[in-house]
Amino acid sequence: MAMSTCITITSMGSTPLFGDFFSRALIAGLGLAAVTGPLGCFVVWRRMAYFGDTMAHSALLGVALSILLSVNVTLGVFAVAALVAGALLLLQRQNTLSTDALLGILSHSSLAVGLVIVGFLTQVRIDLMGFLFGDILAVSVEDIAIIYGGGTAILAILVLNWRPLLAATVSPELAEAEGLRPEVSRIILMVLMASVIAIAMKLVGVLLITSLLIIPAATARRLSATPEMMALVAAVLGGLSVVGGLFGSRTWDTASGPSIVVMALALFLVSLAVPTSRLFGRRERNGA
Amino acid sequence: MLDKAPKENLITLSNAGVRSGGRVLVEGIDLTIARGEIVTLIGPNGSGKSTTAKMVTGVLKPSMGTVNRRPDLTIGYVPQKLSIDWTLPLTVERLMTLTGRFSPAEIDAALEAVGATRLLKAAVQELSGGEFQRVLFARAMIRKPDLLVLDEPVQGVDFSGEVALYKLIRKIRDTTHAGILMISHDLHVVMAETDTVICLNGHVCCRGTPSVVKTSPEYLRLFGERSSALALYQHHHDHEHHDDGCVVGAEDGHEHVHHHHEHGEHTPVR
Repeated sequence: MAMSTCITITSMGSTPLFGDFFSRALIAGLGLAAVTGPLGCFVVWRRMAYFGDTMAHSALLGVALSILLSVNVTLGVFAVAALVAGALLLLQRQNTLSTDALLGILSHSSLAVGLVIVGFLTQVRIDLMGFLFGDILAVSVEDIAIIYGGGTAILAILVLNWRPLLAATVSPELAEAEGLRPEVSRIILMVLMASVIAIAMKLVGVLLITSLLIIPAATARRLSATPEMMALVAAVLGGLSVVGGLFGSRTWDTASGPSIVVMALALFLVSLAVPTSRLFGRRERNGA
Repeated sequence: MLDKAPKENLITLSNAGVRSGGRVLVEGIDLTIARGEIVTLIGPNGSGKSTTAKMVTGVLKPSMGTVNRRPDLTIGYVPQKLSIDWTLPLTVERLMTLTGRFSPAEIDAALEAVGATRLLKAAVQELSGGEFQRVLFARAMIRKPDLLVLDEPVQGVDFSGEVALYKLIRKIRDTTHAGILMISHDLHVVMAETDTVICLNGHVCCRGTPSVVKTSPEYLRLFGERSSALALYQHHHDHEHHDDGCVVGAEDGHEHVHHHHEHGEHTPVR
């Protein structure tokens, strides 16, 4: 689906492959949407929206620490997001504060600590706005390689583990009794989310990443009768949001990351008009 | 159980128990489930019913005693309550293949066995309590389990649905010859269908045929007021007291089928 769009665009650029910044943004965004759609379905099904947000907020801390320790930023963000997820799991077992409060603490404190550390990093100039809201128009060919390489790996893990992941989502208890490992499924999903956050941060920024996970999936719900269909529809809707948002931002000279989210929201609002009960889930009463 | 001919034992728990965080959840469980046998665990909340069931399914390893499971034992599980969020679009058809891959013919056969063929395309969120429970039975049975574990199978189902579900459980037992472990908070309805009732309260308090358990003082003490109506039916019979005050009913206990007149039906299974 990416190709037909990019051919027309690349013809405008000077170099043939991923020539101009706009087509690079489109390709990167479409690659990301293909991953956030299906993964976002799990976020919605498992009610992990705030959890995803918390992991995303910790990404800024990841950036700051990576620069401080001179390690690869994508790896650093992944590691910190995964650590925050692990910390939450451990804190939840303590049974003291509610998950809700724990998430609030982790989410905002990791963002704040990240911002404070960034303030200390005087030797490097950090584009804070770029990290918070993304800079999809600045993606390089290397970024695209990371998105497609990482994205392919994430999708492969999702597809290969689809049945146990879904079973664990429907009922961990049932999955466990029938020989599956719901605890492993949970960890897989957290690692995948940390990965998505790491590769998506540059595109849409830490404050908007979860919107790409949640909004297309929520929109897809009304248009789907099965989990698999919902995952596919969410990927397509995410792609539409990227295309629509980027063209919109070019036309009206608006910020690209937020424009993508606004486009996703527009699709969601349109989907509310669809009467789901008419489309799916009808039963045949007369056979009784 | 002693009066039955030797059968293929699916699972045996010997003096099994689980300790968690220094607390004993359940201990001293002796329990055998054979092919075609229905064993029911009853007991108040926190009495260790679920923990015992988890030892049976292998989710929990016993920290005391042993669990001997037949090798390659396939378990089908019907959970106590399963609320599927609206956000997850799930048809009955898709639910059937939740933990394994099955052909459309197998799905049809399983749904037909529980009388839910017409629900194939329905969204699970639309089903009534009884319909959903039937579908969950079908889902567990499609695996052709050797052992079926039913956790409070009639919760949230009205009485006529309850009776129908117990009939279904017996039918499943008779057609598949699976062993069935059922967890229940109430005794009266399950009685007629169950071979052995085990009454738990952190340990096995009493066991035996439904009629034996029903009349045991230990059962009456555990279930208090609610069971007082049952006490009217109490008969004298031989039993012995264990050290802990539990009562072990005589093995050849009376097999009175006690009708519950407010419910009024024990129609035979077709």
